[in-house]
Amino acid sequence: MKTEWKKFALMAVVFIACYFLPVGRPRFDNAVMESLGLVRWYAREHVVYCLIPAFFIAGAIAVFINKSAVLKYLGPKANKPLAYGVASVSGSILAVCSCTVLPLFAGIYRMGAGLGPASAFLYAGPAINVLAIVLTAKVLGLHIGIARAFGAIVFSLAIGLLMHAIFGRKEHEEENVWASTPEKKNSRSLRQNAIYFLVMVGILVFANWGKPVQQTGLWYYIYLAKWLFTGFLALMLAVILVMWFNIKVWKMIFASAPVIILACFMPHEHMFLFGVGIVGFSILTGFDQGECGEWFRAAWDFAKQIMPLLFLGVLFAGLMLGRPGHDGLIPSHWVTVLVGGNSIRANLFASVAGALMYFATLTEVPVLRGLMDGGMGNGPALALLLAGPALSLPSMLVIHSVIGAKRTIVYVLLVSMMAAISGIIYGFISG
Amino acid sequence: MKTIQIAGSGCAKCLKLAENAETAARQLGIEFELIKITDINEIVKLGVMMTPAFILDGKVKAIGRVAGVDEIKKWLV
Repeated sequence: MKTEWKKFALMAVVFIACYFLPVGRPRFDNAVMESLGLVRWYAREHVVYCLIPAFFIAGAIAVFINKSAVLKYLGPKANKPLAYGVASVSGSILAVCSCTVLPLFAGIYRMGAGLGPASAFLYAGPAINVLAIVLTAKVLGLHIGIARAFGAIVFSLAIGLLMHAIFGRKEHEEENVWASTPEKKNSRSLRQNAIYFLVMVGILVFANWGKPVQQTGLWYYIYLAKWLFTGFLALMLAVILVMWFNIKVWKMIFASAPVIILACFMPHEHMFLFGVGIVGFSILTGFDQGECGEWFRAAWDFAKQIMPLLFLGVLFAGLMLGRPGHDGLIPSHWVTVLVGGNSIRANLFASVAGALMYFATLTEVPVLRGLMDGGMGNGPALALLLAGPALSLPSMLVIHSVIGAKRTIVYVLLVSMMAAISGIIYGFISG
Repeated sequence: MKTIQIAGSGCAKCLKLAENAETAARQLGIEFELIKITDINEIVKLGVMMTPAFILDGKVKAIGRVAGVDEIKKWLV
């Protein structure tokens, strides 16, 4: 019966919302157009070069990196200083999906290295996963992307150490069953893996190389030659896959031939060529029965999980905040008043709001783009980025069930303070 | 009688793993019991740090990924 009532309530709410839909009011009509415009902008600018390669990289991390090796450093017998360091950076490898962060946090706290490293991991994890950094750097700018990753690592160390200092060392009487499944034997050496990941990251970086303002200098020359670099790295990736990943040569030739042939006829249709390359590559890996097939499926899982959320997030951001220079439903001077500039108040407001709000994976990025176009300062933007994904009301409830009320309150306070402080510092540096 | 436990807080991947496990066991026609563990403290007590996890008769078989139907069949046999 209860679920029937829920459905009825939902239907009633939707009906009332539709009944009073303010169609025809200039502000609403304009906001709808803004949100469609924003979706188009994202589709054109950020999907092909940025998101799709990032999905493949995240998939590769999920499949090819031996996670138990990392977990070892966070286990019960871990060296403590090392555990803090590993906890603050391992989010980039372990936390490719936000739903894995909380169990890991509970595990590190209960049976592993303790409260300090667990808190450090919880804070840094969501902010430094590959997809988050790539998208932040692409949509919000390279500087804030780097600041996000760097700020998350530095402040996670601070938070971890402070939590440990405040609550001291709690001995765990629980049984230490730090389970590790028998991982598949890695057929590639560490160096081979490193080269493979560097090549993929290189493709991502060069394909997204922005046009610098000045028409001279190294950055500009790299910009001019970026497709040369991208093509060369793509070729290297093809060789690597054949040599180290047991992809048959004829299959690889079959998959890459269309790009090479088309590139001879229309060398300037970059997005089209890149797209053809991705299609060939997807067919190649998608039909593979071995580890490359696993890689493709992991990448596809990320795409399935994140694309719909991101699409809705962009629509929502466009509706509420509009595109640069245009207003959505929320007038931009409200944004300026609340989080403009770099005052302590604006930073605190951004960090507390971020801590309470729930952002579905990566949707914080388009929302923040909208806010920044509406006049939000760089500092408050970083504060929101640092506090937002790490905390939300639902995650606070889970954290509470693991570490109790007192520690949760201190943790939330620390995160909000640290986020605000990093915002102030970043706002000060970036002017 | 096999006891299959799926550890996961209820995310989409955990549901998928439970579904795969059920499909695999039914295809093999074996007698089984499927238990979903959703409480995060219980999950951690099993030593599972990354969800979803597949546990067969108390032994952790896969952590942090959705095992396929064919893979699960191999464990069940």
